[in-house]
Formats: sequence, C-alpha cells, structure tokens
Amino acid sequence: MAYSAKVMDHFENPRNLGKMDDADGIGEVGNAKCGDIMKIYLKIEDGIIKDVKFNTFGCASAIATSSMATEMIKGQKIEDALQLSNKAVVEALDGLPPAKIHCSVLAEQAVKAALADYYTKNGIEFDPSLLSGCGGHCDDCESCGH
Amino acid sequence: MKTVYADNAATTALCPEALEVMVNCLKDNYGNASSMHHSGQAAAEVVLQARQDIADCIGADVNEIYFTSGGTESDNWAITNAARLGAKKGKKHIISTSFEHHAVLHTLMKLEKEGFEVTYLDVHEDGYVRIDEFKKAIKNETCLVTIMFANNEIGTVQPIEEIGAICKEKGIYFHTDAVQVVGHLPVNVKEQNIDMLSFSAHKFHGPKGIGVLYCRKGIPLISFMQGGAQERNKRPGTTNTPAIAATAAALKKSCAEMDKNIAYVSALRDKLIEEIVKVIPRARVNGGRTARLPGNVSFCFEGIEGESLLLYLDLKGICGSSGSACTSGSLDPSHVLLALGLPHEIAHGSLRLSLSEYNTEDEIDYIIEQLPLVVNRLRDMSPVWERIMKGEN
Ligand SMILES: Cc1ncc(COP(=O)(O)O)c(C=O)c1O
Ligand code: FES
Ligand SMILES: [Zn+2]
Repeated sequence: MAYSAKVMDHFENPRNLGKMDDADGIGEVGNAKCGDIMKIYLKIEDGIIKDVKFNTFGCASAIATSSMATEMIKGQKIEDALQLSNKAVVEALDGLPPAKIHCSVLAEQAVKAALADYYTKNGIEFDPSLLSGCGGHCDDCESCGH
Repeated sequence: MKTVYADNAATTALCPEALEVMVNCLKDNYGNASSMHHSGQAAAEVVLQARQDIADCIGADVNEIYFTSGGTESDNWAITNAARLGAKKGKKHIISTSFEHHAVLHTLMKLEKEGFEVTYLDVHEDGYVRIDEFKKAIKNETCLVTIMFANNEIGTVQPIEEIGAICKEKGIYFHTDAVQVVGHLPVNVKEQNIDMLSFSAHKFHGPKGIGVLYCRKGIPLISFMQGGAQERNKRPGTTNTPAIAATAAALKKSCAEMDKNIAYVSALRDKLIEEIVKVIPRARVNGGRTARLPGNVSFCFEGIEGESLLLYLDLKGICGSSGSACTSGSLDPSHVLLALGLPHEIAHGSLRLSLSEYNTEDEIDYIIEQLPLVVNRLRDMSPVWERIMKGEN
C-alpha cells in the first residue's frame, strides 16, 4: 500500500490547514472510533466560498483528502461546491488505496455538512440529503464502507 | 537524511556474521543437502552443525529442531499438529490468549470452525495473563495451551515457565510463540517446560523466510505438507542451507552477547519511555513495565491517529510502526490494544518503537527531540484534541 506523490504532498504540506473564528458554516463528520474525523470551516460571501480551513484527526489519506477537498472548493460558487464528489477528490489525488476510499467520502461529506450548516444559519432551505451519509453514526452507517 | 530504524519487532537488519556465512554458502556450498555426493554432503554438514548450534542456544536436543519457512509456519504446524493429536483422544479444547499474533489466532479460528473450543485468556490492562485464571480455564478436554512468550506490539513477557510447569503436571501440550523472544531473552525449553516453541530468524538479525519449530522428543509430529523426506520426514522441501547456516550464525551471536544487549537495549528503552511521557501530555505507555522485551516501546497518544504519526516520523527518517487501523485495510485498531481494554479512539493513536543493539544513544535522543514535535503538529490539526483541551478548561 503506497500513496501517490500527490497524496504525500498534501499530507506533508496540507493546504488550508487551520481553524476559523468567524466561519459562516462549519461541518464535522466522522467518528474517532472509526479513526477519522474531519472538520471544515467556510467563509462565504455573495454565494462564493471566500475562504476555507480544515482540521482533521485521521490517517495520512484523511489529511490529504481534506486538504485537496478544501483546495477544490476554495473560490467556488456554493452550487459548484455542492457538486464535489469523493471520486473527483480521489482523481485529483491520483488515486487512493481501496481501503482509503472512505477518507474521500468523509471529505465530501464534511464539505456538504459545512454548507448545510451555512444554509441552516441563514434560514435557507436545502435538500436534507446533503446531510445524509456518515455523520459519525458508525453503528448504522455504511458510508465508510464497513 | 539519516535513517533511524526503530522497527526491529517487524524485522531486523542482517548481522555481518550471518551475511558472510550466507553469501559463502550461496557461492561455494550450493549442493543439495540430501545428495549423496561430496558437494551435497558438505551442505549436509553445514546444516547439521547449524542445527546443533541452534539446539544449544535454546537448550534443546539436535533432533528436536525442525526448519520451516518462518514463525508463521511454525505456529501453524505446532498448533494444528497438537490439535490433531488431541482430537484423536476426543480432546478438543485449547487455551490461548486474546492478543496472540495472527499466525496463532487465525489458526485457532480455523480449528474453531472445525469444532474445537478455544478459551482466550484475558491479558488485562497490563498485558499479562493471570495464572489463577489460566488454571481455572483448564478442562479435562484441554489438549493444548498456546501462549505467546512475549507480545510483539506491547512487549509484555508472560510467565512461561510457570504455565509450562502446570501443563506438564496436567499432561497438556504446551506451545509458545517465541518469535519476539529467541535471541533477545534467555530461552531454555527444558527448564521452562516448553513442549513446542516457534521462532523466526529475521527477528534476531538473521535472514527472512526461515524459522524453526522446536518439538520435544516423544510428541508425534505429522508432516504439514506432502513431498520429500527432508527434516526426518517431517517437513518436505529442499533444505535451505544458506538461510539455515545464517540463522545459526545470527542466533549464536545474539545468545553470546545477550546479557550485554539486554542491559544496553533496555536502558535505551527506559530512557525513551521516560523522556517521552515527561514531555508529551496524555501519552500512555502500553503494557506493564515489569516483564518487558528489552527493545519494546509502545505508546498511545490521545487525540491523534497512528498512521499519520508514523508517516510524519518517516519524513524525519524515523521508522516505527502503529497498531492503528487504516493500514491493515480494516478500520479497527489492533486486536492487541483492544485486548488491553483500550477504547478505539485511544487505540488509534498508537506507536510502537522497537529498538535493537544497533540503535545508538544519539538516535534515541533524536527520537526524543522529533517525536514531540510531530505529535504536537498532529494535535494542532486534530478536532479530537481540540475537544479534549476544551473539556479540560
Ligand atoms: C509474535 C509473532 N509471531 C509470529 C510472527 C510471524 O513470523 P514470520 O514473519 O517469520 O512468519 C511474528 C512476526 O511478525 C511475530 O511477531
Ligand atoms: S464514521 Fe464510522 S461509519 Fe461513518
Ligand atoms: Zn482513514
């Protein structure tokens, strides 16, 4: 099991690492029991993701997928960020070992959870399927692949 | 960048003595040890001498030594053989522990599917089996006790001699997986009441892919595979002369220098453990400190995950290992850490550093300098650590 050079680069030099005091949306998914938690902070202005930060507890690919996902949505319109798929994150990282795909699922979910939080805070209605998936309820959740 | 190799429980560097006999054997002593001609007989002599030397190192008889492909094969063979012997007498109960190596655990699971009953002794939070609990687990149907000599992840050494004495008294076969022990701590199969013992050369600076099963005289041993008449009809396959000679060379050296190595390596271990728990808060040492492998250091650091810790250390040149999830393809942390009763979220943050006499004091100082930096870096980005810190305020 070896990681691609891209994964190692994002693991060694994570982009957008940090916390945000005045975030407009915060999403946290995963569960320490499973070994991965991702937390994403968004700064949103005029429907555009102006800034994004992340914190992650997890393996190297959890860190790399969070880093890549934040990079992919930064500067994007909310509608476009909502289209982010875990597959796109995996492709942008030149692939992940099969056992690590769940990390990319978490990254996608963290972004969506942060956007859902933004919608909720601003009283905007949204498709609840945004919040589907893992969310850390390991016992009745299949999105991590176990 | 320099390499600090601290993963000696996974495997060790080949020692120069083993390398030399191995290369010489490959070059000059290529005959088949089963051949009648002088080239074959020269190889046979090397194997015989190696067998004698290895037997001497563990207090066994030369005819009680069987060469295998490694610890895994020895474990599989010993356990399966003893189970078959038990089944013939209608005895289908086995006693083991919950933190054995997979070579043992998966063999036992296979036997369970075939109708054997296995009692897995609790190893408690300190990583030691309790003699009274062991005694209570013994039944009339118990045909085998298989308990590892020392655990590969947390380094705890079990009361083998005592367990062996009880087995002897009750007439139950006793096997021990001594893969982490042979060459590192004194082993004497007679004095320690061991019927069967498995070990592997690559854990004491010998080559990979070669192991030994010691099986006491008088225990019927049935071949695991079908083939030629090597190893006194018990283990077919052309004799691996170079690896056998190198195993003997490495073991002789390890045993000759054992006292010195134990003192040196355990001093490095203790320094590393003590300095790290002093500077890193919420660091837990896994496994008791009383009977412990000289080279084993095992931590759990709260708030971080082991694989990323391992790989950040690797970027600093430090090779360690983690019993954490993601590497194995399962999301569960190692069964060893869970057997200690650690919660998943703490077991995920494990790090094993395993030292040998090849490590220097400077290397230990380097680890002591780098490890806190890496742990802090990961904690700084961890939402779990953030929560732990908030809970404290
Ligand atoms: C305790 C224990 N048993 C068995 C084995 C397997 O030995 P080998 O790699 O020689 O098959 C190992 C090594 O990984 C071990 O540490
Ligand atoms: S976080 Fe455990 S199943 Fe999703
Ligand atoms: Zn992961």
